[in-house]
Amino acid sequence: MYDFTYQKPATLAAAVAALGAEDAKAMSGGMTLIPVLKQRLNKPSVVVDLSGLGLSGIRVTDSAVVIGAMTTHITVASSAEVKRAIPALAALAGLIGDKEVRHRGTIGGSLANNDPAADYPAAVLALGATITTSKRSIAAEDYFQGMFTTALEADEVITSVSFPIPAKAAYVKFKNPASRYAMVGVFVASGPAGVRVAITGAGQGGVFRHAGFEAALTANWSADALKGVATSADDLNSDIHASAEYRAHLCGVIAQRAVKAAG
Amino acid sequence: MPQVTLTVNGKSATVEVEGRTLLVELLREKLGLTGTHVGCDTSQCGACVVHVDGVSVKSCTMLAVQADGAKVTTIEGLAAADGTLHPMQEMFREHHALQCGFCTPGMVMAAIDLVNSNPQGLSQDEIRHGLEGNLCRCTGYHNIVKAIDAAQGIMHAPAAE
Repeated sequence: MYDFTYQKPATLAAAVAALGAEDAKAMSGGMTLIPVLKQRLNKPSVVVDLSGLGLSGIRVTDSAVVIGAMTTHITVASSAEVKRAIPALAALAGLIGDKEVRHRGTIGGSLANNDPAADYPAAVLALGATITTSKRSIAAEDYFQGMFTTALEADEVITSVSFPIPAKAAYVKFKNPASRYAMVGVFVASGPAGVRVAITGAGQGGVFRHAGFEAALTANWSADALKGVATSADDLNSDIHASAEYRAHLCGVIAQRAVKAAG
Repeated sequence: MPQVTLTVNGKSATVEVEGRTLLVELLREKLGLTGTHVGCDTSQCGACVVHVDGVSVKSCTMLAVQADGAKVTTIEGLAAADGTLHPMQEMFREHHALQCGFCTPGMVMAAIDLVNSNPQGLSQDEIRHGLEGNLCRCTGYHNIVKAIDAAQGIMHAPAAE
């Protein structure tokens, strides 16, 4: 790892100011950033630790679950309130990495990184969540802009994520057995944002909505409705774990399982 | 250089580190606590698991500066002052839950967290899944699961009146 200056600001304004420095990098749980630094894939001048800003916590209203950006995966997975309001979201958080990673990794960090195989982006897009930052509120469909790319500016910090409570939702993940990243993860939801199907792990550009599945499920919410609905392999990942064609097939299989799980 | 003050196995320590110093480097190289191992150095194998403020973390994927003010427990901090082993250590010995022993400190620390956070008890299948962050390259999992199963009975037993 190249050395860097470490800063742990106590206020959001101070964090934003610190991130204005050239080659500054924000750190939440560090579960991606630290491995990246170890491989010398990134050389920040300053690492700005966001853990002193008071950004963790969960608030549930009648219509939404609002999660602070620094809330760890284990907190979301074990929250009785989240389990009651959006059980699929708590279950998703419990599928991320392993327990030690869930103790450190955060929702804000996952979304700011936008790994193409991360789990949270599927929930954010399928539930039509809103991402609140130090500057503004960003709708899910405007936030994700391709692999490891988001609408965030360099000195913009996610403060919380608000998930509208759906009528039905489920997330099913086909895990890579070694890394536990999603080879294909499908989040299906029926709620205030309509019927939405978001797929992670499969697309070259990161998380995406599946228009064919959404149309079929809007007409008929059942796993059978998805049979025969095609998924193009054109923009899907091919790697040592799975070909694009295999991932396209998995999208249909996993989406059907998700609809069954959502009930 | 940043200065970090933390409590390790009940003792306060103040150490000068670099921003990039990992918690495991602080423990092993600055404090001489070499019971915590570095296996893969890529957050996969779990040989470096310690407890930070009571929960299991991979100390190869945490900066020492992030542990400023924290309470850290390592494998060296489990046994009682008179040498009596922690029930998890005792059950690892009883059930021969180690072969080469390299993964053992991390396994024991992860297992204690797993049992502590599941007071309702765990099935053997849940124990296996609960250890997904720890690898044993001798593939001694079967006895590790048996040891954890036995230890949870002792750890959750009501204290003697």
